[in-house]
Amino acid sequence: MQQLFWALGTVVIGVVGCAGYFYVSNLVLDTLLPGRGPDPVRAGRNINRANLIRPWLFLAPAILALGIYLVYPVIESVWLSLHDRSGQNFVGLSNYVWMLNDPGFRESMFNNMLWLLVVPAAATGFGLAAAALTDRIWWGNIAKSLIFMPMAISFVGASVIWKFIYDYRAPGEPQIGILNALVTWFGGDPQAWLTIPFWNNFFLMVILVWIQTGFAMVILSAALRGIPEETVEAAVLDGANPIQIFFRIKMPQIWGTIAVVWTTITILVLKVFDIVLAMTNGQWRTQVLANLMFDWMFRGGGDFGRGAAIAVVIMVLVIPIMVWNIRRANAEMKGH
Amino acid sequence: MEATPATKSPLTLVTHLTVLLLVALWTLPTAGLFISSLRDKDQLAVSGWWTALSSSSQSLQGRTGAAPDQKEENGVYVITGNLLGDTAGRVSAFGTTSREPEAYEAGAAADLGDGATLTVGEDGAYRLESPVPFESKRGQRVFVTAEQPPRFTLDNYREVLRSEGIGRSFVNSLTVAVPATIIPILIAAFAAYALAWMEFPGRALLIAAVVGLLVVPLQMSLIPLLRLYNGVAEVFGVPAKTYLGIWLAHTGFGMPLAIYLLRNYMAGLPREVLESARVDGASDFEIFTKIILPLSFPALASFAIFQFLWVWNDLLVAIVFLGAQDESLVLTGRLVNLLGSRGGNWEILTASAFITIVVPLLVFFTLQRYLVRGLLAGSVKGG
Amino acid sequence: MSAVTLTEVSKSYGSVEVLRNINLDIEKGELVVFVGPSGCGKSTLLRMIAGLEKISGGTLEIGGARMNEVPPAQRGIAMVFQSYALYPHMTVRDNMAFGMKIAKRPKGEIDKAVENAARILQLTPYLDRLPKALSGGQRQRVAIGRAIVRDPKVFLFDEPLSNLDAALRVATRIEIAQLKDNMPESTMIYVTHDQVEAMTLASRIVVLHGGDIEQVGTPLELYERPANVFVARFIGSPAMNMFPARVTAAGPDGTTVEIEGGGAVAVPIPGRAEDVGSVVKLGVRPEDLTLTDGPALYSGEISIVEALGETTLLYFTPEGGADPIIAKLPGIHRLGRGQTARLSADPAKLHLFDAEEKSYLYR
Repeated sequence: MQQLFWALGTVVIGVVGCAGYFYVSNLVLDTLLPGRGPDPVRAGRNINRANLIRPWLFLAPAILALGIYLVYPVIESVWLSLHDRSGQNFVGLSNYVWMLNDPGFRESMFNNMLWLLVVPAAATGFGLAAAALTDRIWWGNIAKSLIFMPMAISFVGASVIWKFIYDYRAPGEPQIGILNALVTWFGGDPQAWLTIPFWNNFFLMVILVWIQTGFAMVILSAALRGIPEETVEAAVLDGANPIQIFFRIKMPQIWGTIAVVWTTITILVLKVFDIVLAMTNGQWRTQVLANLMFDWMFRGGGDFGRGAAIAVVIMVLVIPIMVWNIRRANAEMKGH
Repeated sequence: MEATPATKSPLTLVTHLTVLLLVALWTLPTAGLFISSLRDKDQLAVSGWWTALSSSSQSLQGRTGAAPDQKEENGVYVITGNLLGDTAGRVSAFGTTSREPEAYEAGAAADLGDGATLTVGEDGAYRLESPVPFESKRGQRVFVTAEQPPRFTLDNYREVLRSEGIGRSFVNSLTVAVPATIIPILIAAFAAYALAWMEFPGRALLIAAVVGLLVVPLQMSLIPLLRLYNGVAEVFGVPAKTYLGIWLAHTGFGMPLAIYLLRNYMAGLPREVLESARVDGASDFEIFTKIILPLSFPALASFAIFQFLWVWNDLLVAIVFLGAQDESLVLTGRLVNLLGSRGGNWEILTASAFITIVVPLLVFFTLQRYLVRGLLAGSVKGG
Repeated sequence: MSAVTLTEVSKSYGSVEVLRNINLDIEKGELVVFVGPSGCGKSTLLRMIAGLEKISGGTLEIGGARMNEVPPAQRGIAMVFQSYALYPHMTVRDNMAFGMKIAKRPKGEIDKAVENAARILQLTPYLDRLPKALSGGQRQRVAIGRAIVRDPKVFLFDEPLSNLDAALRVATRIEIAQLKDNMPESTMIYVTHDQVEAMTLASRIVVLHGGDIEQVGTPLELYERPANVFVARFIGSPAMNMFPARVTAAGPDGTTVEIEGGGAVAVPIPGRAEDVGSVVKLGVRPEDLTLTDGPALYSGEISIVEALGETTLLYFTPEGGADPIIAKLPGIHRLGRGQTARLSADPAKLHLFDAEEKSYLYR
């Protein structure tokens, strides 16, 4: 409890500190270059000068935070990836050479590609289906809310939930995991799902799909509602049935949004770590890049060079999406 | 759409059923977890949560009374009692050997040899009869299969809160999440205003940079920041893993999304309102505090929810910057540990998991409106 | 003394020049309307006076003092925006008081000013409401009230009626006219693209086109003596008919022109001897054309008839695909498509424009 009060105290200090910074720095600027005064021409000149400085006052803390926590690490990671485990001695590209020859890395890369293929497609697909269907029924909003719910659950929490579903007991014992219960009910043999190589990847992906479908649904649903009603009505008059309307009229109008959803989930997939850590910790051939990096970072004293090299690979994979995003944002701003 | 005649077709029924299936698939996993966390741990271990409302069949062992308890009734020596004790239940079968624990139906008489018989009723009451006095000091071993009614209890929660450190972790999570949500909002709001409404060279470039940083994988940052933190800690002689450190880390990591969301929202505010304030004599600072901030409340709320959910649910940043020691573990970290150490104890795991997700779920259901709005602002603006 | 003086004012965005060498004097107590098609620079000019846009060249004076670099709040102006620009999170009272509060004026003074403005605009019952609880017309009145509270030297209106529906627009236009009558001392500058607003409200109109001032004058001056073809066609509806013609005789008493494919007419506008033989445009407003059995200025086959009851519009399609010729006749005429009509006009109401499209009157 005491800790909580202490935390609240820091919140107050932090907020007051931040607000104070903005207020005081602004005040100083206004005092040095007064914008009001007997001589309006001079005041105007002061205002123009102050307007050159003020944006940077407003931006400074944010730029500092972005610089320290995101920009510097990217540069530093590249630098570290060219050094040995302690980060002291330059080793050139040997970390990358090691990586290419490392079966663990190849396995992770393969699994990551698998994730990239399956999860965005599945989540977007389910999301689109859910969006299209829930918009047509009276209890659609409740349904949406429930499908959206896993979004609030942590990856670790979701992992526990699904581990419970995949729970395995020896044949003959009562199965308390619902998947094995169903399998035995249909007369099959219970399986230890998470230990079946290759296929266990899919059992992990299900979790992320389960979490992300709601996200896809919410955004695609808004996009579907943004479609001008007239185009749909025109299609009805042209004799199209609901399925034709969906695929021939609605879908083509929301391609842009589908792409946004797809790429957003793709980025998430590249960073996926918690689920693998909690479910299998990379055992049974389920390793992925982010977890592999974490392994090299901390297990056995840590190898910063190799960890950083893997981080750089993740970054490189993200760059195309980054470029695409920036272009899209620029185009949007020009259209403003 | 709903009322048009075209939708009154078999397709409507299919739609309803499909959505019902989707909703079931998306809620049952969580429901199962929640139900299980409330079940008696013995029942939880032997039957699936979907049977929670029906009685469960359990195999029990008991002993009858022994020689001192016998009475003589009409020349027959009798020992009576109840194998189930105080617990409610219904015996369906019993047996006297472990090889055949269900040899006899309830109510039937089991022949124990030497003319002795054992009868066990449905309520667990037994009657042991023999023409000769019982001599054994130990009672007869009896195996019964009993149907037990469902039992729900909060014991699992009491257990995890008290002895598994979940309570402590809950406080840790709160300590991390609240400041890490509030601090970035203020910083980002000022930056977003500058990027949305102030003219200065390099503005477009900065906006592009923010959009770019939006997707930088967190993993990139960990090693360099860990080194940086260690370095700073060494120089100032302070511990490297502190709450201040993790607050600042979350502030930095949340900054691109915060600026992006808030800037988009602020740029969408009507230009004329701002110009009107300028004509009214308001300075940039006054415009920001008196006009922009109050009008941006929905966007601020959206981001606050995002950031809170993200920080609360985060595992990686917490274990890297706060450490994995027992006293500093947050809920997600604790849960991962429990998964490792108490992998089979589902009563512990389900209750712990539910405590972990209950706060986000509450936030989610009460503030869903803002969450949706924020998602849309971040993704389909202008689309 | 002029309330507002613009001297050689210009505005450019990068290499794009949107306003060129604007010279204008606005007297105290005037209501000057800037009018022109969209993109003519009228709003930009207003925003430069307000201080919301930087002035690229020339000087702006308000009340005799140079204002180019002075911030908006200290120019002694108030502005009413097209979208009202009310602060959505403040009550009507706070909206109107905001400027004075920023200026840290005493509370009693603020209250008095707000109450006064509310009384003038009949907003007193709504003072504690939020803008979203008001109708469009009421919101626009609040915006005007906010300007009144500031007690400015110059009121600036940026298309204040464009967001209102047709009926409300007429009502609010009349209210603004009354407001001006009640405040004869105050100077107002009003931007609109609607020539009816311009004609009804203005004491003087400034017609802008492509970044230049085409003409400045009272509404009737612009109607009766347009300086060029642009103004002639912009003011009045339907637009003035333009007949290509050739000067056959010119003197101090008048100019005789021969309409291409039509008759000859003597126009009582002085000409010069060197004009003879030059190509000109003869302008006739549709409402000045009449049906005739005598010598016709123009005769042709009617292509469309629009009967509006109070007037009848006849459309003719001249050869060569030029703009249609329109005649606006009072009352009802039983004329049909395909019939031939002969039109003439009072020579005193004719306009002559030279090859540069400038009016003979202003040469």
